[in-house]
Amino acid sequence: MKLQTSTMLALYSVLEAASQPGKQVSASEIAERYGVSAHHLAKVLRELGRAGLVDSSRGVGGGYRFSGNARRLTLMDVIERFEDIGARSPEPGAAHTDLGLAIARVLSEIDEIAKATFRSITIDTLLKLVDRERHARASASTPAPETRD
Amino acid sequence: MPDPDPPSARSDHPGEPRPEAKVWIRPIEAADLDQVIAIDAEASGIKKVDYWYEIFHRYGARGQRQRFFLVAEGKGAIQGFIIGEVRDWEFRLPPCGWVFGIAVRRDARLGGVGSALLAAIVDCFRRAGVDKVRTLTVRDDNLMLSFFRSQGMMAAPSIPLELDMG
Repeated sequence: MKLQTSTMLALYSVLEAASQPGKQVSASEIAERYGVSAHHLAKVLRELGRAGLVDSSRGVGGGYRFSGNARRLTLMDVIERFEDIGARSPEPGAAHTDLGLAIARVLSEIDEIAKATFRSITIDTLLKLVDRERHARASASTPAPETRD
Repeated sequence: MPDPDPPSARSDHPGEPRPEAKVWIRPIEAADLDQVIAIDAEASGIKKVDYWYEIFHRYGARGQRQRFFLVAEGKGAIQGFIIGEVRDWEFRLPPCGWVFGIAVRRDARLGGVGSALLAAIVDCFRRAGVDKVRTLTVRDDNLMLSFFRSQGMMAAPSIPLELDMG
């Protein structure tokens, strides 16, 4: 399952906002951080707003604020707003061949695992993963104290 | 089943704190078995008396170094249980802790009981000399998957396979 750019932007936006609960996150900062156009991001944020996942405020100091529940909202809840995640069908040319059906079955198996993974990871769980990996990197880069015999 | 929040798109109660579980985790005793059977039946919809007596016989005996059957006791009743064992060199994988059963009484969920049980069996595994814990859940059991994910578990290097033997 390859996610579209809009979907990835939606995930980044939700995670950025959820990592700073109660604070306004600037759309321009998100656009700059992930190297995307502000126009593209604005469309994504509008959709997230319609879904009730972010609130926006205009003017100086305005931005986006996470308004979902990080412990309940899953990655799949966000992805579903931007992707057609229905059952995979064989490529049109191979739809009625044994090989086409068999390959479609294998690809569906992969998709089902991906979907189960996205459904099982909440925003809160992913943010904890970010923290753990950040700490692991910090620990790995901290030199061990010298010992003297 | 354990006690994650059931995932859904929205909630009107963002960021509610998770209460600390007020339970005592200890090895199972024979007198606990009826409650364990009831908790499992509540979670699975099937009452499996013979199965649980067999599991108790194999995993509940005292003094085992690699098998653990723990219960969470609170408010004068068993609130949940967890079962696991150390498995050695399955398909070339180094010894690891393996959790194959966990459930929490329905009215005790969202109270941290599942987390407390998992933490307790992880301690048992650590004392048994392993540094990795694995489990296997049904792919569409989102509640269970979300619970293990929330505890920091990631995909393992194994893939479960099955054959319909017709």
